Amino acid sequence: MIQQSEIQVEKLIKPIKKAEGVPAIEARGLVKIFGDNRAVDGIDLTIPTGCIYGVLGPNGAGKTTVINILATLLKADAGTAKIFGHDLQREAQIVRQLIGVTGQSATVDEKLSATENLVIFGRLLGLSGSEAREKAAELLEEFGLTEAAKLTLDKFSGGMRRRLDLAASLIAQPPLIFLDEPTTGLDPRTRNQMWNMIRRLVSSGSTILLTTQYLDEADQLADRIVVIDHGRVIAEGTPHDLKTAIGVAALHLRLADNKDIEEAILIIQTVLQVKASIPEPALITAPMADPERITDLLHNLREANIRLAGVSVQEPTLDEVFLAVTGVTKQAEKGDTTQ
Amino acid sequence: MITTQIIPGAERELKNHTSFRMTISNSLTMAFRSLLKVRRTPEQLFDVTLQPIIFTLMFTYIFGGAVAGNVHNYLPIVIPGILVQTVITASMVTGVQLREDMDKGVFNRFRVLPIARIAPLAGALLADTIRYGIAAALTFVMGYILGYRPGAGLGGVLAGGLLVILFAWCISWIFAYFGIIARTASSVQGISMIILFPLTFLSNAFVPTNTLPRWLKSFVNVNPVSHLVSAIRELTNQGTIGHDFWLSLIGAVVVVAIFAPLTVRAYMRKA
Repeated sequence: MIQQSEIQVEKLIKPIKKAEGVPAIEARGLVKIFGDNRAVDGIDLTIPTGCIYGVLGPNGAGKTTVINILATLLKADAGTAKIFGHDLQREAQIVRQLIGVTGQSATVDEKLSATENLVIFGRLLGLSGSEAREKAAELLEEFGLTEAAKLTLDKFSGGMRRRLDLAASLIAQPPLIFLDEPTTGLDPRTRNQMWNMIRRLVSSGSTILLTTQYLDEADQLADRIVVIDHGRVIAEGTPHDLKTAIGVAALHLRLADNKDIEEAILIIQTVLQVKASIPEPALITAPMADPERITDLLHNLREANIRLAGVSVQEPTLDEVFLAVTGVTKQAEKGDTTQ
Repeated sequence: MITTQIIPGAERELKNHTSFRMTISNSLTMAFRSLLKVRRTPEQLFDVTLQPIIFTLMFTYIFGGAVAGNVHNYLPIVIPGILVQTVITASMVTGVQLREDMDKGVFNRFRVLPIARIAPLAGALLADTIRYGIAAALTFVMGYILGYRPGAGLGGVLAGGLLVILFAWCISWIFAYFGIIARTASSVQGISMIILFPLTFLSNAFVPTNTLPRWLKSFVNVNPVSHLVSAIRELTNQGTIGHDFWLSLIGAVVVVAIFAPLTVRAYMRKA
């Protein structure tokens, strides 16, 4: 398959115009029901070619189910979806030639070595034995796994496994890659490596659909984000749109002495030009619209001889996204259902 | 590699079906994968190595005197019987191992690859013919050590071995089907045992059928295992091919014709 598509490059110059408008994914009204759980409940997605699209949501929101449907692993109970204009149902085998899947949804073989895994996938994709071994070596090198090539997977660390997983999805150089929570459970350093890998993939022309539980990750990587919960889309937009909807980070100032609180509030409101609040004694919180002004603020507090016990900045959390876009907190919602 | 530009998805020309050549190649690759796994976990071969040795010893010495007067006269009767029982039991293990294998995430990757849908199953079942081969060879070797000298010589033994391996491969589609529809590997084992025990013991594999009550005899006579055992006895002891041979062959083909499509469909539907 790979050789075929490479040969076709030259004669493909013509149809480029026609292809321009075709989105990588176009899904309408996807529904998947497990028993009485509507895991996916009418999801529409339009994902343009060449971007990183983040699907953000808590555990059980339906992220993996959406990927499983789009990757032909699950049949939707209702709705249609097209991958590069190919219908998921009628042209499933074509769709499979266009996608790579990594993460919870599809993994590698535990009992085989890294090389054996990649060679088998390469052979299945139509490479000859020597081509498959070459490709495997190349990918292992690319992902910094050459030293571990002969090890079986049970000797791999979490980060190495994810990298091999990703490598396995890239053998056929698919134009669309599904990454199902690619960094969940990874330490910060490995997570950064993964992020860089993902950015490089997109620069080569791939389209990426990425699911994550972390707002931070979606913010770092995605060009557009869709927030889903209970199988429904509850917000869609650029990371900037979403952050505006949520509001900004909050500045937390803890005073060494509660008697300064009146004066401190006054200074904060004058310098930051925002309204501050006192959630508990000696603690002041205020929205931090412009981080530049914090220097001024701290300087003024020092001038007024107000001593601080602690300063912190709270980034908006996923819960706050839900609060902002649905007006319901996770806790309040739970309270509703138990009543 | 990542730095080279990939071909945009909308501009690729692709086919929606897998060619026959590709299907064969995919299945062989999957079979190769199974063999690699066996090399990594040789304990998967316990059932096809220990069972033929133990069963041959046990049955020969327990039943030999009672059924045939002595061990030597019993061997031509019991070796084909044990052969069939061992190899068919091994084909049941195929279903159990397939279930275990399918519970791993890697099977999802096979399902999202543009490969022939039948390949992961066909490959696994094909690789298992090696297991049947080992079981068959060990049974004959044990028989030889105990004094079995098949009348039709090596040719008959080879023909008998091939027939039983082919039969077991066909039957293994049934157990593969249970392997796919069952929830856990242990339930596959449970279901399969219930089928396997009556099928192998209510046959002519270990005893002559002339002392059986009539109702039992009529079952034993239609039991495909009986036909297979008779066919192998004819092949190994007389070197002849009778109607039992053709009956078992037809039976095996019918099983594949029914269960292969059923199994592949169930496999495709299972998440």
